[in-house]
Amino acid sequence: MNGFPGVALMLAIPALSAAVLALTTDYRLSARLNVLATFLTLLSAVSLLFDKPAPDAYFNVDDLNIVFIVLTGFVALTTSVFSASYIAHELEIGRFEPVHLRFYHAMYQALIFSMNLALVANNIGLMWVAIEMATLTTVLMVGLYRTREALEAAWKYFILGSVGIAFALFGTILVYMAARPVVGEGFDGMVWTILAKRVSAFDPSLLNVAFIFLLLGYGTKVGLAPLHAWLPDAHAEGPTPISAVLSGLLLNVALYAVLRFKLLLAANAGALAPGPLMAAMGLGSLIFAAFMLYRRRDVKRMFAYSSIEHMGIIAFAFGMGGPLANFAGLLHMTMHSLTKSAIFFAVGHISQVKGTQRIADIRGLTVSHPLLGWGLVVGVIAISGLPPLGVFTSEFLVVSSAFARQPLLAALLVAGLLVALGALTLRLQGLAFGAPTPDVAPSRASYAPMISHLGLVVLAGIYLPPPLVAWFQHVAGLLG
Amino acid sequence: MDGFTLDVAHLLAGGLVLTSFVMLYQDRLYALLNVFALQALVLSLSVAWQAWIQGAPHLFITAAIALIFKAFIIPVALHRIIANLGIHREVEAVTGLGPTMLFGIGLVALSMVVMLRVTAGDDPLAREDIAFALSVVLLGLLMMITRSNAVSQVVGFMSIENGLILAAAGAKGMPLVVEISVAFSVLVALIVIGVFLFRIRERFDTVDVGVFDRIQGERR
Repeated sequence: MNGFPGVALMLAIPALSAAVLALTTDYRLSARLNVLATFLTLLSAVSLLFDKPAPDAYFNVDDLNIVFIVLTGFVALTTSVFSASYIAHELEIGRFEPVHLRFYHAMYQALIFSMNLALVANNIGLMWVAIEMATLTTVLMVGLYRTREALEAAWKYFILGSVGIAFALFGTILVYMAARPVVGEGFDGMVWTILAKRVSAFDPSLLNVAFIFLLLGYGTKVGLAPLHAWLPDAHAEGPTPISAVLSGLLLNVALYAVLRFKLLLAANAGALAPGPLMAAMGLGSLIFAAFMLYRRRDVKRMFAYSSIEHMGIIAFAFGMGGPLANFAGLLHMTMHSLTKSAIFFAVGHISQVKGTQRIADIRGLTVSHPLLGWGLVVGVIAISGLPPLGVFTSEFLVVSSAFARQPLLAALLVAGLLVALGALTLRLQGLAFGAPTPDVAPSRASYAPMISHLGLVVLAGIYLPPPLVAWFQHVAGLLG
Repeated sequence: MDGFTLDVAHLLAGGLVLTSFVMLYQDRLYALLNVFALQALVLSLSVAWQAWIQGAPHLFITAAIALIFKAFIIPVALHRIIANLGIHREVEAVTGLGPTMLFGIGLVALSMVVMLRVTAGDDPLAREDIAFALSVVLLGLLMMITRSNAVSQVVGFMSIENGLILAAAGAKGMPLVVEISVAFSVLVALIVIGVFLFRIRERFDTVDVGVFDRIQGERR
């Protein structure tokens, strides 16, 4: 590693702060330390934009993962700000004990550490270990409330996530076996940069089998149907900051792993085309989730299904491939992360104020809590893909590139989007308007995270800065 | 490579598949745990044999982890948990034993056909190891699907893991095998602690729609 040690800092800061926060007893201090640590992590992540270290055997920063790294840093920071006000309320009503908070903060930093590690890893084995660690930390946090439902959700996530992780490892071993005759034994056979250079000489049939296992394994973590069963429960029963990080970041990290392996397969002429598989799973997830949105009565569960829907759109876009669809996929992933975490920030405060997550018991938010209510309205309008917000831009690009190449699939895509739009607007009307339901607690929300996210989404809908467009176009070109 | 080393490696890897089949029809939890301990023992022998013939001393660490952690600590811990939960006398209804065994045989045949075909160019030891490993993985998955008890599901998951360790050890010269087996051990330990702390007896997926509604948070 040369120059500014951005990669080292990006990993060391969360790892160290996890240890420090595990020992900090004062929760006000630890919440602030948590914010500070994520802020410093973001700074070191941003430094990588200007000073990319040369790839070595363990770490690699290139134009593809830097998008994910910066996004992870940003959402982790805003979520830690939201989390500070969220947990203050949870402590007050006694859902959290101070001792839980030490654990919670340490796990939050451990999660950021493992996500960053998975993103910068230049080694498919290291990446697997990092994603396993991210799964474990989120499992522990989902079960934090210790209610029967929370434990059930955590257990389900645990078992399904572990089976996914096991499949991913089997695929990883197969990739190594495919690489061994060409690259030689030892460490080189697991290094991304070396694999990517020499993949054209690998045995295609072994790569095909490997990709099936990897797609099933990491696809479980992305939440693609029919492997999504853990996702709604984990989102609904855990603390809301975790829902925000799960939807906004962890799903992306798993998708990043799938994308990397897709790149490998695409560079081998004899291997099967990975795109149609991903596009089919994506489209299936979108349509399935869109219909599932209608029967939801729990507000966090509803937005969890919306996450499945959007991961489906993103997987579809990357599966279609080509510069335009890849660009749309990247943009949509960014917009979805920002919007969905903003929605979870709003929903977290709303469920605290109203004391329930049941949709039927929450009404008239724009009257009783204008800022939260309108924030939710803007967020839901954005996530359902209505103009002029950022998600509209990216969904429009996905749809138009699909129409240009596969009109039939595009028709299905549009149908799914419209069904989801209907479900979300239907629920939004009840949540936001009408006579307000009584509050159980005063609102002490921190609005800054929500407003900053929504502000960016609105801005992206109206004006995309040319440097950003050029950057994403460049990355989309890399993705093939 | 002479015939003898290959034969021993075969014997041990085949032993893993055999123990997976034995686990499929165990309907008593203690017996299941004993078979699992046996499988972990066979795994550690198999990995140690690989370490010997490949001249890869780090694989001995993986073999030692398998022996100490999975053949002794985990089965003993699960024994105590079962006694604690008071489910040691329970006889599990293993649904459709005959079809399950037939399905298992089908899975083994499938993994042989798939893996032997796609690894045609590789050396015979690695090829057959990976085919056996996939069989163990798929049989473990089958066991997780056919059982309703949380403890036997955990055992099913651990046998999947045994298959993966076999695959990783068989892939000659694969780096990070030790790290991966440690990471897996942490995962397994946490699952076992989870079963113990939260007294999870049954898996939550059930055909009972009433239970399903409550889990889905939809009926309140």
